[in-house]
Amino acid sequence: MPNMRERFTAVTSDLLDSDPNVALILAAIGVAQFKDTGVVDRHPDRVINVGIREQLLIGFSAGMAKEGFRPIAHSYAPFLVERPWEQIRLDFGHQGVSGILVSIGATYDEADWGRTHQAPEDVQLLSMLPGWRIHVPGHPDEVEAQLRAAATDDTNVYIRLSTQTNERACLTGGPGFSTIRTGSGDGPTVVAVGPMLDVAMKATADLDVTLLYANTIRPFDGETLRAVLQAPEVVLVEPYLTGTSTTEVSKLLQARPHRILSLGTSLKENRHYGTSDEHFAAHGMDEAGIRASISEFLAQRVPV
Amino acid sequence: MPNATSSDTGLGYADLPRLMTLMTGDEKHSSSATSTLDVLWVLYSQVLNIDANNPEDPARDRFLLSKGHGPMAYYAVLAARGFIPVEALPTFAQYDSILGKHPDSQLVPGVEIGSGSLGHGLPIAIGVANGLKARKSDSRVFCLVGDAESNEGSGHEAIAMAGRLNLSNLTAIVIDNKSDATTWPGGISSRFAVEGWSTCDVDGRDHGAIQEALVTPHNDLPHVVVALVEPKG
Repeated sequence: MPNMRERFTAVTSDLLDSDPNVALILAAIGVAQFKDTGVVDRHPDRVINVGIREQLLIGFSAGMAKEGFRPIAHSYAPFLVERPWEQIRLDFGHQGVSGILVSIGATYDEADWGRTHQAPEDVQLLSMLPGWRIHVPGHPDEVEAQLRAAATDDTNVYIRLSTQTNERACLTGGPGFSTIRTGSGDGPTVVAVGPMLDVAMKATADLDVTLLYANTIRPFDGETLRAVLQAPEVVLVEPYLTGTSTTEVSKLLQARPHRILSLGTSLKENRHYGTSDEHFAAHGMDEAGIRASISEFLAQRVPV
Repeated sequence: MPNATSSDTGLGYADLPRLMTLMTGDEKHSSSATSTLDVLWVLYSQVLNIDANNPEDPARDRFLLSKGHGPMAYYAVLAARGFIPVEALPTFAQYDSILGKHPDSQLVPGVEIGSGSLGHGLPIAIGVANGLKARKSDSRVFCLVGDAESNEGSGHEAIAMAGRLNLSNLTAIVIDNKSDATTWPGGISSRFAVEGWSTCDVDGRDHGAIQEALVTPHNDLPHVVVALVEPKG
């Protein structure tokens, strides 16, 4: 099974071959992979490597979008989203054009490269901008579906590829949340985002919870969450900065007393290398940590 | 000679100071407020193939004002050429006005990009130029930047890339009013030349020289015109 990055390369190459309006803008990252598929040679006007110039990566993509192309801009998450954030804010949204950003190196995927290549902030940053559709796929099949839908769309789309994946794809045919398990009546609802699904399933296996899966986190599917909600208690399990979606739940439940547990990576700079799993464990985001946090949350219930 | 913009307003270059006064209330305008005025007038009256009655025409030339600061001269030219009504000028910077202290492409007809944050125009212009080239379009792209704006690193990313892509449909114009804090040893145009651009330095008040510099053939190279005006006071 190809990983998310390999699937992105294959599907993007297919889109370039089949749709003359699709353009791919690279900033050194991914060039070798796209040379292998032949699209660099086949479409020299639409596959452009701007070098390690990420401000230009976004501005150039916006210029192509102004001329009717559907640009896909690609790099590592911190260099795609953080470094040219003002370009994303102004050159896409403000100028009235749109494109697709596809990142690799989610959160701690590249932990051993150090803090410069760790990217837990990207979803929060893009959530501050209006109109962005933010995908956090948990499986390569989900990447393909989201990318093909984005190619024919005209909104701003972010697809966040990760080396962390779930065992099985969860394809619902739409961007809304999927119900994985329904609780017996008064349990909390756990929203597992993207690659957190498998670990969240294990961590809550013997707890009475409703479990939702989200591989599109913006727009936030409050309708499904409200429909399945039993007790007014929500646990967010997000594979990036803690609290990224807390405000969405607060707005949804503002008319009633409710409790929220926001699980994600903390703000603390954890000066270690190693693996993504080690960093997620250090942030309490492994199976044991998630289970302990949810158990504590349940124990904090005040009897009514 | 390229087509010039259509205009049936009856307004000309001599009317521009009065049009600017409608925005500023000032009888006289500082040289920094008018630093772009002559280049803009030459572009819109003699160079750009754009039609105020059809500002979205795919065959139009693209003009991207990257230096959005001090846009009164731009608005005055757009009014004189019929893109915006003269009546809009006195509303300058008011809540409901289409004319802000930096232009917004979504509010003003004929304005290709909103600007204000420096260093955004040239990278977008290069994407536009590449897009037009990919479409085999004959449309040309002009992008106006300031000398101090050229401090922004994003502009230098674009200068280098335009040279590598041989974007012969692209002309950058640098208005040099010596407002840059750190100066450019060797001159601004040398920064473009080393990246493979065709370059031309002109007197930014001499309409004939500006026109000639803007339409001079530049073969397979992107072209830059550095227009020198009075130093910012």
